[in-house]
Amino acid sequence: MVPLSWYLILAAALFSIGLYGLLARRNLVMLLMSLELLLNAVNINLIAFSRYLEEGQVVGRVFALFVYVIAAAETALGLAIMIAVWRTRQTVAVDEIDTLKG
Amino acid sequence: MVWNLAWLIPTFPLLAFAGILLFTQRRAQLSHRLAIGGIAVALVLAQLIFWLAVTGAGGTPAASSWRWLINNGEAVSLGLALDPPALVMLFMVPLLCLMIFIYSTGYMHGDPRYGRFFAYISLFASAMLGLVLLDNLLAFFICWELMGLCSYLLIGFWYERPSAVAAGLKAFLVTKVGDLFFFLGLVVLYASVGSLAYRDLFTAETLAQLAQPGYLGLPVSPALVIALLLFGGTVGKSAQFPLHTWLPDAMAGPTPVSALIHAATMVSAGVFLLVRMFPLLTTAGLPVLPVAYIGAFTALFGALVALGQNDIKRVLAFSTMSQLGYMVAALGLGAYVAGFFHLLTHAFFKALLFLSAGSVIHAMEHGHQHVGGTGEFDPNDLLAMGGLGRVMPRTSVAFLLGGLSLAGFPLLTAGFWSKDEILAQVYAQDRVIFWVLAAAALLTAFYVARQLSLVFLGTPRSAAAAHAQESERSMTTPLLILAAFAVALGWVGIPEHFPVLGGLIPNGFHEFVGASSAPVPASADWQPLALGVGAGLAGLGLGWLVYGWRPLAAGALDPLAAAMRRLHLGWLYRALQQGFYFDGLYQHTVVWATQALATFSARFDAAVPDGAVRGVAVGVRALSSAAAYFDEKILDALVNMWGGISVGLGRFFNWLDLHLVDPVVNVIGWFGQLGPWATGSVEPEVPDAPVGPVARLWTRLGKFVTTLQTGAVQDYLSLAFFTVIILIVAFFL
Repeated sequence: MVPLSWYLILAAALFSIGLYGLLARRNLVMLLMSLELLLNAVNINLIAFSRYLEEGQVVGRVFALFVYVIAAAETALGLAIMIAVWRTRQTVAVDEIDTLKG
Repeated sequence: MVWNLAWLIPTFPLLAFAGILLFTQRRAQLSHRLAIGGIAVALVLAQLIFWLAVTGAGGTPAASSWRWLINNGEAVSLGLALDPPALVMLFMVPLLCLMIFIYSTGYMHGDPRYGRFFAYISLFASAMLGLVLLDNLLAFFICWELMGLCSYLLIGFWYERPSAVAAGLKAFLVTKVGDLFFFLGLVVLYASVGSLAYRDLFTAETLAQLAQPGYLGLPVSPALVIALLLFGGTVGKSAQFPLHTWLPDAMAGPTPVSALIHAATMVSAGVFLLVRMFPLLTTAGLPVLPVAYIGAFTALFGALVALGQNDIKRVLAFSTMSQLGYMVAALGLGAYVAGFFHLLTHAFFKALLFLSAGSVIHAMEHGHQHVGGTGEFDPNDLLAMGGLGRVMPRTSVAFLLGGLSLAGFPLLTAGFWSKDEILAQVYAQDRVIFWVLAAAALLTAFYVARQLSLVFLGTPRSAAAAHAQESERSMTTPLLILAAFAVALGWVGIPEHFPVLGGLIPNGFHEFVGASSAPVPASADWQPLALGVGAGLAGLGLGWLVYGWRPLAAGALDPLAAAMRRLHLGWLYRALQQGFYFDGLYQHTVVWATQALATFSARFDAAVPDGAVRGVAVGVRALSSAAAYFDEKILDALVNMWGGISVGLGRFFNWLDLHLVDPVVNVIGWFGQLGPWATGSVEPEVPDAPVGPVARLWTRLGKFVTTLQTGAVQDYLSLAFFTVIILIVAFFL
């Protein structure tokens, strides 16, 4: 059986890639995709822990399913926001969207 | 062990792909060096392995395997299958890939996505090599799908053109139909045998077990079901009859892609699947005849449609379809060695033809730019070419040799030897298929002569053709190397029973590949040979008579079209041009049905689930307006009343203040003023207090915090991220 740590390393790598994308990318679409990576990295952790540490229980897996549902909703919402931003500002580059600036 | 080097063959192009995509994409020179380096190493290793195996040095080929998929303690191992079919492919694939890569440096020169192109073709080469080498069907399927992906990416490579995007999507979706059958075949196979590795599948017991009829209570054997399902994969990938429509459209991609994917290697993967699964096909028995019939039909169909095409690449695309049909027909009839031999020779001469066509297109584009042409211009149009033989000597020699090989020009060319062997073996087995294939051979030679005449003979029929120039060396050198193979490769497979020449050179190909399969009774009759040679020569002669003898004038009608119109067959010619309307047919049935279903689903979604959501919204709004009414009429009234009371009280106190308290205070104040007035002292002015250090600090802090507030979400995020890291560090300290 593949040791648990492999899954954790995979998840950590995925998470780091997602985090890097979230911080370094300019395009909103890429940001959303990076966010998905983060969520999926967490899911891998959840499922791996569920499989290895709580034999016979499904809490971890069910939780992962919840994460999926939320992720789907988040993507839909994010895309909707992105389209709205595009319509009003004609750009999806995050560093040009800075109305929050004081 | 030297055989383990074979693992590196697919690895190097894969590394090149990763390297280019991750690091060097924007640097053209470095990208193509990486890609060419990767495939060159693969080529060297592949040749080493191939010759070691052929000469028998180093013992029986066997490479170590890895534990791959682990499921409930049962490991599926991933190894290499270095059997003759794989080794022959190993000889062909890296060689062709290298030639095409070098050619691409010239053809794609100056493309904005140059690096990415080389990344994709490297991935493609890696997948093809993996498909050839790996020893189980699941890995085969993975590589197969990877190639499908590369095909999609490369056909749609110039995604600024809507036609390229549509063609990429079409190729992807149409081949997916075949892939679905392939996958089902894998599922059935795994369910029946419990393994997908070749060495488990092709044992005598397994095959005998699969040959038992009674699959799911039906009077068929599992072998038949599996063979037909897997054949579905071949139909999709190798563009056989019902799923052939994607291949001509795939010509929207860059020409090296057409050569690499849609002629030499990827479409051959479908036929290679049949080669791999050949023991299973034999086990499935006689009813595999549908395979042969579909192949023969496709061969004739493709050759017919190729006659009516005016696009230099579409002619070759339909020709590819037709030649793949030959191979499938041969394999369907059990002519294993002949079919596989044709796969090998076809890969070389068709890659050669495509690359030569690319060179011609390149020259036409340059000619067009040279004369400063604007507006609509199709560099692929055969009718706009002509007379290019004089200005493009190297390309025309290469094209001529490739064309003759495709037409099966006797004795000299590789295509002749493989086609002759197919015809000879088919003749012994099934006369109907033989005649169909012979007719296809005639038509093939005819359209080859047509294409050669229209492109290279006569006088230029457009300004672009008049100013065309020979392409650069990086493009023509691979052409000449491939041309040598397109001619000489046939000599390794000269059948022993061939008159005069048979046996002069040993039939090395047959000995090497055919050793593992049962010998097929090849007819040593002179009839199939004479008919094959006759068909090839007659087609070439006829084509030259129609197109080459009296060169076509600029703007003139295609002589074939004119002749058919005179014979009241204009409708037939139009049907040829449109590929017998299969695109339209699929558009109006499958695509239409899918779109109708999608529209229905959208409407259903709008009516039922969205309706429910809207109903909830309406309910909530009704509730909230009721709440608002309650709020306005009752709560607000209460609040207003309270407010009124407050105001009244306020006014009362104000009045009290003004009229009662103020006079008293004023009086007291007046008395208070008396004191200073009496002493004569004046109140001192209060000077402005200097800004203290604490205030300065706060002002600066405020300014600093303002600069942090850039408004960009990412800055806030990174701030949060680094804060978290600092907190974590602090926590551990």
